[in-house]
Amino acid sequence: MKKTSFLSKLINAPYIVWSVLFIVAPMIMVVYYAFTDRSGAFTWNNITALTAYKETFARSIGYAVAATVICLVLAYPLAYIMARSKASKQRTLMMLVMLPMWMNFLIRTYSWISILSNTGIINNLLKAVGLPTVQMINTPGAVILGMVYNFLPYMVLPIYSIMSKLDYSLTEAAQDLGCSSTSVLRRVIMPLSMPGVVSGITMVFVPSVSTFYISQKLGGGKFLLVGDSIEMQFQSAYNYNLGASLSLVLMLMIIVCMLVMNRFADDDEEAILI
Amino acid sequence: MEKNAVIIDLKNISVSFDGQPILKDLNLYIRDGEFITLLGPSGCGKTTTLRIIAGFLEPDSGEVIFEGKAINGVPAYKRQVNTIFQRYALFPHLNVYENIAFGLKQQKKSKQEIRSTVEEMLALVNLKGFEKRNINSLSGGQQQRVAIARALAVKPRVLLLDEPLGALDLKLRKDMQVELKNIQKRLGITFIYVTHDQEEALSMSDTIVVMNAGEIQQIGTPTDIYNEPKNAFVADFIGESNIVDGIMHSDFSVEFQGIKFQCVDKGFGKDEPVDVVVRPEDVDIVAPEDGMLKGIVTSVTFKGVHYEIIVDIDGFKWMVQTTEYSAVGDKIGISIKPDEIQVMKKSEYSGLYGDYSSFSEEFDELSNPSVEADDAGGETVEE
Repeated sequence: MKKTSFLSKLINAPYIVWSVLFIVAPMIMVVYYAFTDRSGAFTWNNITALTAYKETFARSIGYAVAATVICLVLAYPLAYIMARSKASKQRTLMMLVMLPMWMNFLIRTYSWISILSNTGIINNLLKAVGLPTVQMINTPGAVILGMVYNFLPYMVLPIYSIMSKLDYSLTEAAQDLGCSSTSVLRRVIMPLSMPGVVSGITMVFVPSVSTFYISQKLGGGKFLLVGDSIEMQFQSAYNYNLGASLSLVLMLMIIVCMLVMNRFADDDEEAILI
Repeated sequence: MEKNAVIIDLKNISVSFDGQPILKDLNLYIRDGEFITLLGPSGCGKTTTLRIIAGFLEPDSGEVIFEGKAINGVPAYKRQVNTIFQRYALFPHLNVYENIAFGLKQQKKSKQEIRSTVEEMLALVNLKGFEKRNINSLSGGQQQRVAIARALAVKPRVLLLDEPLGALDLKLRKDMQVELKNIQKRLGITFIYVTHDQEEALSMSDTIVVMNAGEIQQIGTPTDIYNEPKNAFVADFIGESNIVDGIMHSDFSVEFQGIKFQCVDKGFGKDEPVDVVVRPEDVDIVAPEDGMLKGIVTSVTFKGVHYEIIVDIDGFKWMVQTTEYSAVGDKIGISIKPDEIQVMKKSEYSGLYGDYSSFSEEFDELSNPSVEADDAGGETVEE
C-alpha cells in the first residue's frame, strides 16, 4: 500500500512541479507586483490608478461580448449542420473549420489588414465597379471581426462535439410526441447542447477579452483594450506594477464573468426544463 | 375484441436501402384494439414496418392507410401513433415527471390537466412517487415504465413497441410481458409489438405476424401459428420442430421415414412431396417393438421440466421432449398420434430446418465447412 502511494506521488510529482512553477508562482508574482511600488513597498496606488482605465475595461468587455455573441450565432447552426451530415461531409466541414488554425495567428490577422484596408482587396473591388470606398480598417467592427474570425473554431468545436453525440432516437421520440422540427430544436436539442454552448462561450470570451494584438492591427491603436494596456505597461512603459494590477483585475473580472455565466446557463437549462 | 374495424392497413409496401430490398410488397391490416406482434429474426423487416407506421420512414411504394385515409407523407408528429423505442430514448435533461408531460405540453394542455394525466400514468405503470427522479438514476425496468407512461400520456390510438423488453433480464421481462398485456387490455388500444422472441410473441399476442427476409410468412393467432405452421421457416422459428420430408399419398395418409402414417391433413395432390412437422413434445417414447419408428438415443439433456432426447432414426436426428429418462445408446421406439402430425406444402425453406444433427457428436464435424456440405448432401439423398 505504502509503495503504491509513493509510486503515485512520484508519478504526480512532475505535474505538481509544473503547476507550481508555471501557474502558481506567476500568479503570486502578479499579486506581489500589483500591491507594491518600484522599491518593493506595499501600496494601493496601482489599484487606484486603474480608474483611468475604466473606459478600456468597458470597451474590452463590450467587444468580447459582441464577438462571443456573433460567434455563437454563427457556430450553433454550423455545428448543428455538421453533426447531422454524413461522416464524410462532417470530416470535410471539420477540416474547413480547422484550416485557418493551421496558419499563424499573426499572419491571419495581418492578412485581414490587406483585405480591409483603404487600399485593400475589398475597397479596390468597390472602386473597380465604381462604388465609393468604405472605411473598414481601424473601426471597432474590424476589431470585432478579427476576434470572431480568430476564435470561431473554439465555439464550433465544443458545440459540435456535444451535438454529434446526441442520440438521434431522442429527436425521433420528440417528433413522436408531437414536436415539429422547430420544437424538437427548442425542447430537446438546445437544452441538451447547453454544456457545449457554455464551454464555447468560455473559450471565445476569455481570449477575446484579453487579446491585445487584434485591436492594435485592425483597430489602428485607436481602440485600446485591456490586453493592449497591459502589454504597453510591460513592453514600453516598464511599469510592471501597474501592468500587474491591470492583469489581476482582468483576471478577477474573467472569473466573475465565468461564474455568472455558468450560473446563468444552469438557470437557463432549469428554466427550459420546467 | 372480435371483428373490430381495421385501424391500419398497409398496402403493397416495398422498401429498399442501397438497393437491398428490406420489405417486399408487404400487405397487412391491423384491427382496432388488437395486440399484434411482428415476429422474425433480425433483418426480417419488422422494425422497418414499425417505422413506416410511425412515420419515421417513407416506403418506396405502397400505401399506409390509417382509418381509411392514406397517411403517406404525414410527418411523425402529426400521427396518432406513439412509439416505445428499443432503448427508451428518454430525455436525459428532464426528470420523470417532465418526460411524461413532454407530449402533453406540446399539445398545450393546461397545467392541472397535465398534472392529473401524469399522475394517472405513473399509477398505471406503478411508479408513484418517482416524479422528481432523474432519468439516469432509474433502473432499466423503471426507465421502461417511464417510456410506456410517456407514450401513453398523449392517448395514442396505436402504440408501437420496438423490442421494448430486449434490454431487461429474464425475470423482469416475464413480469413486464404480463404488465404490458394488462395495460393493453385495460386501455383497449392497439399495440403493435416487434420482437424476435417467439415465446414473448406467443404469450402476449392476439395475432402474430411471422416475417422473414422482408416477407410475411404467416399471420395467425398464437395457437394457429404454433400448431399449424405454414412452412418450415415458421415451424422452426416458433418453438422446436422435427421437420422431415414426406409424401402425401392421399388425404389423411402421409409417408415419411419409410413408414405410412395417419394424419388429419387433406387437400394435397396425390403423392405430393411435403414437409412434415412433429413437435418434440408430441412424440411418445415406447418400447422398440411397439414403436412406429425405431432409433438409437444419441444425446440426453436435462432441461428441468423434461429431458431433451436426440434420437437417430435412419440417419435423421429427431428431438423428443419427455419426462422419462433414456440413456445414450438405448434403442427406443417412438409413436406419433395422427393429430400431432402437421403436413405443410414444400416451400423455399424446405430442407433448411428441423433436423437436430447438430445436437449429436457430429456437431464438431458439422462446424467444419467442408464436411458440412457432404453431410447435408448425404441426408437429403437418404429419403
